[in-house]
This record gives sequence, C-alpha cells and structure tokens, in this order.
Amino acid sequence: MSAAVLSVVTMIAPVIPALALLLSVVRVIIGPSLPDRVLALDLLTVSAMGFVGTIAIRTGLTLYLDIAIAPALLGFLATVGFARYILSRQMPVRGSGREGQQ
Amino acid sequence: MIADVLIYLGCAALLAGAIFTLLAAIGVLRLPDLYMRMHAASKAGAVGGGLILLAVALVCFDAAVALRAIIGVGFLLLTTPVSAHLLARASHRTGYRADELMEIDELKSKSGQSLM
Amino acid sequence: MSPAAIVIVPALGWAAITGNFSGLNLIFGAAIGGVAVLLLRSAFAPPCALRKLRRITSLALLFLYELVLSAIRVAIVVMTPDLKSALRPAIVAVPLTVKSDAEITLLANLITLTPGTLSIDVSEDRSVLYVHVLTLSTREALIADIAKGFETKVKEVFA
Repeated sequence: MSAAVLSVVTMIAPVIPALALLLSVVRVIIGPSLPDRVLALDLLTVSAMGFVGTIAIRTGLTLYLDIAIAPALLGFLATVGFARYILSRQMPVRGSGREGQQ
Repeated sequence: MIADVLIYLGCAALLAGAIFTLLAAIGVLRLPDLYMRMHAASKAGAVGGGLILLAVALVCFDAAVALRAIIGVGFLLLTTPVSAHLLARASHRTGYRADELMEIDELKSKSGQSLM
Repeated sequence: MSPAAIVIVPALGWAAITGNFSGLNLIFGAAIGGVAVLLLRSAFAPPCALRKLRRITSLALLFLYELVLSAIRVAIVVMTPDLKSALRPAIVAVPLTVKSDAEITLLANLITLTPGTLSIDVSEDRSVLYVHVLTLSTREALIADIAKGFETKVKEVFA
C-alpha cells in the first residue's frame, strides 16, 4: 500500500519543482535589474535541488542526494560572489581617493 | 508499520516541499520589487528545499544517508538568510529603487549620502 | 565542552557523514575537527553546558515553528489575487540591545527566516538593524515583536 502511494507521489512530485524551475527562468530573462536575476538564479538552484531530491526518492539511488546538495552549496557561493560583485561595481562612482585602486 | 508511517510522512513532506518551491517561484515572478521577491525566495524556497531533503531522509531507511540529508537541511537553513541578506544589502547600497508601494524607508537617507 | 569532546564529536560527525566508521577515517575526522576547532577557538564561549543546551533547543524549536509559519504566510500573500492591496512593504530601523557580533549575526539570520521580515543592513555603530517588512501593521508593533521574541531568547543563549 505505502509503496504504491510512494510510487504515485514520486511520479507527480518532480513536475512541481520543474514548473518552479521554468518560472524562475522567466524571472531570470525578464528581471529588470541584476539583483533580480541573481535572486532568481538562487531560487533556480534551490528548485534544482528539490527536483534532484525527488528523483533520488523515485529511483532509490542515494547517490542523488549528494548531487542534490551540491547545487545548493554552489548556489550559496554564487550568490555571495554576485553580491560582492554588485557592491564593487558601484565603488568607482564614490570617488574620494579610491580611484588609485581601480 | 513504522516503515509505512515514515513513507507516508515522507510523501507528505515531498509534496509540501515541492509546492512551497513552486510558490516561491510564483512569488518571485509576481511580487513587484526585489525586497518582496526576496521574502518569497528566502522563506518559501528554504522551507521547500528543506522539506524535500527531509523527505529523502524519511524515505531512505539508511542512517548515514538520513543524517547527510538532515545536515543538508541545516546547511540550507544557515546559508539562505546569509545570501538573502548579502544580496539585499548590496542592492540597497548600490541604490536599487524600491517599488512605490514602499511606505517608510528609514535606511534611504543614509544610503543616499554614502552613494554619491 | 571538554577538550576531549571537542575532538571526539567532530570525529563521530565526520564518520557519520562519510558513512565509514573505520579507525583511519575516525582519526582523519578527529584531525579535521581539531584543526577547525583550533581556527574557531576564539568564537567558543566558556562552558556552562546543560542549561545552555536547553536554551539553544528552545530557541531552535521556536525558530522552526516561526519558519514554517512564515513560509505559509508568504505563500498566502503570493496566492492573493489582488496583490497590490495585500502588500504594505517598509524598511524599519530596529534598535538593537544585543552587542556582540555573534549575537547580531544570529538575530539577523533568525529575523530573515521569520514571518514577514528580512534583515537588510546593520548601522556602522551596530546599534540599529534595518529590517524590511512585507506587510507592515505599525512600526512600534514590529519593534516590540522582535525585542520580545527573538532578542530575549538570543540574549539568554549567550548569557
């Protein structure tokens, strides 16, 4: 009984994160500014993690769990990097003695 | 018996997590400005991803894998607020314009003078 | 924690994550844990173990409850058909009574993952935390809410 429920649930569950992936891609494309796109990319990695997680349950291969955690790790580092980039991109405008460094 | 209960719980967590992820994406698409989108992405996104990892932990029946999944959840809950905060701070300092719905902005005067 | 526990706990954690409890793997985990603890040594407060553990648990439970609540609330807001009238965004300056870096970091992260609030910036002198609110009721209610809820709990943990 429970195995049947599990197989049905894992049949329909991957569709939902896949839809989330599509919607965040739409935001990445239309997003009016860079921070909007970075945020959408962050959500993209989380929904990719969700998708791979459901695949892990469906196939029963626990190797997929590691594959699911990896994009979450990478997404965090990417967002931190982008945030620093957004900050530093603005630096030269400030002036006041910083021109020498740039 | 306990295995059945765990599988049902795992199914519920999986569906709830997937739906929260979808709602986060809908929020990122629908909400009018970056800060509000950030609410959707950081909260609903973290809960959705966390619930899916929790479902993996409940269904797999392997202590090592379950522990790894739980540590993954902890990692997700630790990093999501940090990245949201960094992005919000960076975009506010570089003068990202908030939606006109914004009622009070007590940070604005400060960031305005530091920017130019 | 005693020095022995500081080496043994990371070693067991390492072995559990890699799924391999052989002697060599345990020693490797202990070495990694030892180096990590050595690097982070200054961040650990002096011990008063059990009572602190209970407070940390209580904070964690409150946090998980609020996290689920906040996700549901954001979901409801997102699904409202008339989005513009449901939102009342604002950035509010919340005065901080906690002082140390660790406390502010913890508080800011907790605020980000709780209903309707998102921490954006800390003022230079660390006395004010700027918080973005999704659905503002009143400014005073929000500040009182944070001071009463998480700030006292965070202070208890670090006390």
